[in-house]
Amino acid sequence: MTDTVDIDAIYRAESRRVLATLIRLLGGFEAAEEALHDAFAAAAERWPREGLPANPRAWLVSAGRFRAIDRIRRRARFDALAPEVAHEVERMAEEASEPMDAQTIRDDQLRLIFTCCHPALAPDAQVAMTLREVCGLTTEKIAAAFLVPPPTLAQRIVRAKTKIREARIPYSVPAQDELPGRLDTVLHAIYLVFNAGYSEPADDADLAAEAIRLGRLLADLLPDAEVLGLLALMLLNNSRRAARTDVAGDMVLIADQDRSL
Amino acid sequence: MQYLCLVRIDDDLIGKLTPEDDRQQQLESMAHDEDLKRSGHLIAAQPVQGPESATTIRVRNGKVSMTDGPYVETKEHLGGFMVIDAKDLNEALALAGKAPVARFGSIEVRPTWDLKD
Repeated sequence: MTDTVDIDAIYRAESRRVLATLIRLLGGFEAAEEALHDAFAAAAERWPREGLPANPRAWLVSAGRFRAIDRIRRRARFDALAPEVAHEVERMAEEASEPMDAQTIRDDQLRLIFTCCHPALAPDAQVAMTLREVCGLTTEKIAAAFLVPPPTLAQRIVRAKTKIREARIPYSVPAQDELPGRLDTVLHAIYLVFNAGYSEPADDADLAAEAIRLGRLLADLLPDAEVLGLLALMLLNNSRRAARTDVAGDMVLIADQDRSL
Repeated sequence: MQYLCLVRIDDDLIGKLTPEDDRQQQLESMAHDEDLKRSGHLIAAQPVQGPESATTIRVRNGKVSMTDGPYVETKEHLGGFMVIDAKDLNEALALAGKAPVARFGSIEVRPTWDLKD
């Protein structure tokens, strides 16, 4: 008798971290997203029968990676793929699977955040990419929050991924000397997310809460004074959110705000 | 005496071409490059990817700033060009940012089209 496996809960908890690692292993967003989908499909099929693996994250990364390699091999039989690509696939397959330790996962998450917030991408593209790839929000939710039609938001993300691929934005954490400037860009993007959510009443796609979650994640991965400063600022502002407006939605002067809220 | 010939493309005119006509004009461009090479006039020629692939880098007071796209202040004028080899965009930006002229203007960094594709 196996315990019921809550795939949805595991997806919510792990999919972003698994994606971050798959992007590094497979060299791009598209391949990683396909692999992520395949990995969870395999999990949905096997875990209820076999039970939860000891390390679900490592299992998913492994499953995704091998299915991606399979895909490429199958395509190679139909297309006349250049020899270098076939070579690359075999190299990926042979690479001794490295330990999926906590540090590797944190580094991959940082790689994903810094890539989504690369200054070569327009600020609104950085925000859309971060909410989609790091936070896992659907394009519909992001579009609704920024008052743009979903296809427009979807196109923004497609163009960003195209630029990452075509201009060869590397999937890496910036070097020490570049870090302050690059971190600035990330913090700016997070603050844009917070601002978008702060003036709206807290609802289903609460961007202010998402920004705080991002701030906490970044503070955990990179305990930098600027990161902690932004997190503190967002928490402070958010704490007074309920008291800012009255029942009619009008602003309440700070002196009149209810401090118990 | 050497010259920079900076090619600017009219989006409206190019947009009106059919795919076959577009391919035709590209083949004709490559043939023209070959002519220049054969006659000994060509020093360097390469098509670049569109503005959506561009990143602009500036250095002011020792601080490096980067923005997406071709961002040119109207008071800037074309001063020259470099064609560099780099492993990825970060390396290209780092190399471009070291050019002294980045302190007195901006350098737009765009990936070229690999003609082998």
